[in-house]
Amino acid sequence: MTSSGQHHAAGRSRRSFLTYLVAAPTLALVTRAGADAAAPQAAHAVVPSLPAIADVVDLGDLFILAGAPTSALLALAVEADGTVRFRLPREEVGQGLTTAVAMLVAEELDAPLADVRVELDDARPELLFNQLTGSSNSIRSLYGPVRQCAATARARLVAAAAHRWSLSPASLTTADGTVRAPDGRTARYGELAAAAAAPGLVVLGATPKKAAQHALVGRPTNRIDARAMVTGAQRYTLDLDVPGAKPCVVRRPPTFGAAVRTVTNLSAVRAMPGVLEVVTVPTGVAVVAETFGQALTAKSALQVTWGPGPADELSDAQIRTRLRAATPPLLVPPLLTPYVDAEFDFAFVSHAPMETNCAIADVREDRAEIWSGLKSPIVARQSIAADLGLPLDKVTVHVVQAGGSFGRRLFFDAALEAARISRACRRPVKLMWTRVDDTRHGRMRPATHHKIRATHLLGEVLSFEHRVAAAETDFRHGLGEIITATAAHLPLGIGNATLAQTLFLTTVKSPYHFGLTTQALTEVPTGIPTASWRSVYSANTRGAEEIVVDELAAATGKDPYRFRRTFLKTDAQRAVLDKVATEGNWGRTMEPGCAQGIAFHEEYKSRTACLVEIDTRDPQRARVTKAVIAVDVGLPVNPRGLEAQMAGGLTDAISTTLRAGLHIDKGLPLEGSYSQFHWAQQRDTPRDLRVFVLPATGAEPGGAGELGVPAAVGAIANAWARATGSKPRSFPLDFDVDFTPYPR
Amino acid sequence: MPSHTFTVNGRSVTVDAPDDLPLLWVLRDMLGVRGPKYGCGVDVCKACTSHLDGVDVRPCVVPVSACAGREVTTIEGLADGDDLHPVQEAWLEQDVAQCGFCQPGQIMAAVALLRRTAEPTDEDIDAIANICRCGTYFRIREAIRSAAARM
Repeated sequence: MTSSGQHHAAGRSRRSFLTYLVAAPTLALVTRAGADAAAPQAAHAVVPSLPAIADVVDLGDLFILAGAPTSALLALAVEADGTVRFRLPREEVGQGLTTAVAMLVAEELDAPLADVRVELDDARPELLFNQLTGSSNSIRSLYGPVRQCAATARARLVAAAAHRWSLSPASLTTADGTVRAPDGRTARYGELAAAAAAPGLVVLGATPKKAAQHALVGRPTNRIDARAMVTGAQRYTLDLDVPGAKPCVVRRPPTFGAAVRTVTNLSAVRAMPGVLEVVTVPTGVAVVAETFGQALTAKSALQVTWGPGPADELSDAQIRTRLRAATPPLLVPPLLTPYVDAEFDFAFVSHAPMETNCAIADVREDRAEIWSGLKSPIVARQSIAADLGLPLDKVTVHVVQAGGSFGRRLFFDAALEAARISRACRRPVKLMWTRVDDTRHGRMRPATHHKIRATHLLGEVLSFEHRVAAAETDFRHGLGEIITATAAHLPLGIGNATLAQTLFLTTVKSPYHFGLTTQALTEVPTGIPTASWRSVYSANTRGAEEIVVDELAAATGKDPYRFRRTFLKTDAQRAVLDKVATEGNWGRTMEPGCAQGIAFHEEYKSRTACLVEIDTRDPQRARVTKAVIAVDVGLPVNPRGLEAQMAGGLTDAISTTLRAGLHIDKGLPLEGSYSQFHWAQQRDTPRDLRVFVLPATGAEPGGAGELGVPAAVGAIANAWARATGSKPRSFPLDFDVDFTPYPR
Repeated sequence: MPSHTFTVNGRSVTVDAPDDLPLLWVLRDMLGVRGPKYGCGVDVCKACTSHLDGVDVRPCVVPVSACAGREVTTIEGLADGDDLHPVQEAWLEQDVAQCGFCQPGQIMAAVALLRRTAEPTDEDIDAIANICRCGTYFRIREAIRSAAARM
């Protein structure tokens, strides 16, 4: 059976990436995708059953196509000392992207990895759709153009050496940042960088290496920024020294989105030690002080009255009722065949990155400069310029490496807020959200309700229907720029709803031959601030499906692993499943209260299986004691980074399946910090973790950033079901309010 | 404004600050020592973990007045020039960091643990309550084991 991935690779190969020389003292190049890149790709799937939309074209494909015509996508420079600088129009939030891109550059240039610097590009509106970090898309969209850019640079360096030595370029070789002649002469790239920049230099076509020639790509490689991180030298937004920028915090409302009415003790707070400014902005009352400690003390002292918010009376019970009522009906009535029915609820979940929402803003009369961790910096810049009433070219937005995102930094709430505060108090500010505010007022993964029905007969699954109702996910960052962001703002949520449906249909699909398979989403507006959360719909949707797969297996008297093996569609899918079953010793005898669980997930041209063991003997603290994960991303760029991504997805799944969620009570989460929002700690995670990155099976890399969550959710829930004899239906499974909430 | 004199990473410092100003803000906002991170402000996430006279503390809840005459060590003071501490070396070897934001605190907690016990058990490592939102826990565990072997 041919996989859809192979078909896809064939379609992609017709894309080309044009690289141009930029006038500069040393070699500088820009690359853009060729004009033929947007040509339609053959749109047929080869799976024998009806393919889902995501089988044919997934969201990542759409992003790649949307970004294709963008000019000056990438910029690479070789400096006189041999340093290679690469400007990356993406955000690094811990996913290891800068390391993977540095590997691609070093590979194609034949330069030492240590010579390559990857720098995060400022917001560049001319990039349109091509500066959004999300949808597990960065390596997928950059793999071709980065290699082409670096290969062209290498060709120019070789041509410069050939010219110097009066030799044929074809006779020269490159290695370790050096061009070598057959007679033993060598020249460092740095020495050739000026000559390679000469416009008159004749360069024949440059073709990136074939995967079989890769020496660095595919080899487990440590992070290029690891040393900075272990020495405390890594600079995050609030670590930057921006002249005059003073610490700033905001007093926020007692319910989502409520506005300030009055501040009754303004002059008293202004007179507090260290306080420099107190100003009201649409999101609350901002305090600027000499230190964050003093700003926090003054914030607490503020006496503020608040207007109403959009969701003041909303609590979990009403949300759950609304979602249940909004769930579309199932089509297949279970009259004549045996069936499995299941309904699931998932709570709201904070992104909870370690670095809370933050930004530095320096807004003057005629210009503004912003620093923040941003995954959609273009729309941030456009929105901030519009809000300040400044021309776009007077607003500079710097993208700063961030302490986690998990979807949160698709939005730019702190950057916009800091700009407004800086304008209001006419001084630069360093804005930090407190953890409590970040948990309560930061965006979150929407709660969802799921209704699933599968019918079966004589060991065959005849139908598999899944209806999802979700609190609306905010996609008003658009595709990262103002046009689609504006479309998402259209009245009545039509624009956002369209984006939501597109996202759902281009990401969610079933990997199984389960006969008539349908999946549908209804979104329910709630007024609660939301954003995509790692794997968006897939964690809950596919997680719930994997639970039903286990229940189908039980209903038909089959082993969960064997059952999946039978109904998966491709050999590639079975390969990762077999790997975890073998390496994880599937079926081994366990103590009472302990059990194994297994699950599978495929998205963005990648696939993974997860096998876990769980110990539920302490009902207050069930622990995943072991996890075995196999992953096939088509073409792994950095297996070490992939292992980290899969471990991250597993931790997300442990947390959100077992204990981490938000209780919404009268328009605000009860949880305020990690002592209440129970994110997994060391004692909640397995002492035995093995991740197997399968060797390359394709010509291009698939997505990996979000892949790890859904299979792990399914595996953990299935293990819990087998260990406890209960059906997992409401997540997180252990969700008591075991704390005293912070005051509002 | 009261004056406080203490040592930060081997350097004597004197700051004028309210007695109850948390050490975290003295370090970050007054002294420019930015390795310790704010993650919660209430000794829960432990991202700011540093050492006071060699014992791990959370500067977000240590008032500056408690530091007078004492020795504060942050992540910046762990290495000996370019020579990293064995725990930092182990962190590099295991490629622990993802976003990196919690890692200064994780490393300082691990160093403190290894000071208390040269051969930490799995239970000892489980007792480290520093949050890592990215989920680097397994590599942290491996790095602590590796560092214990080196030391």
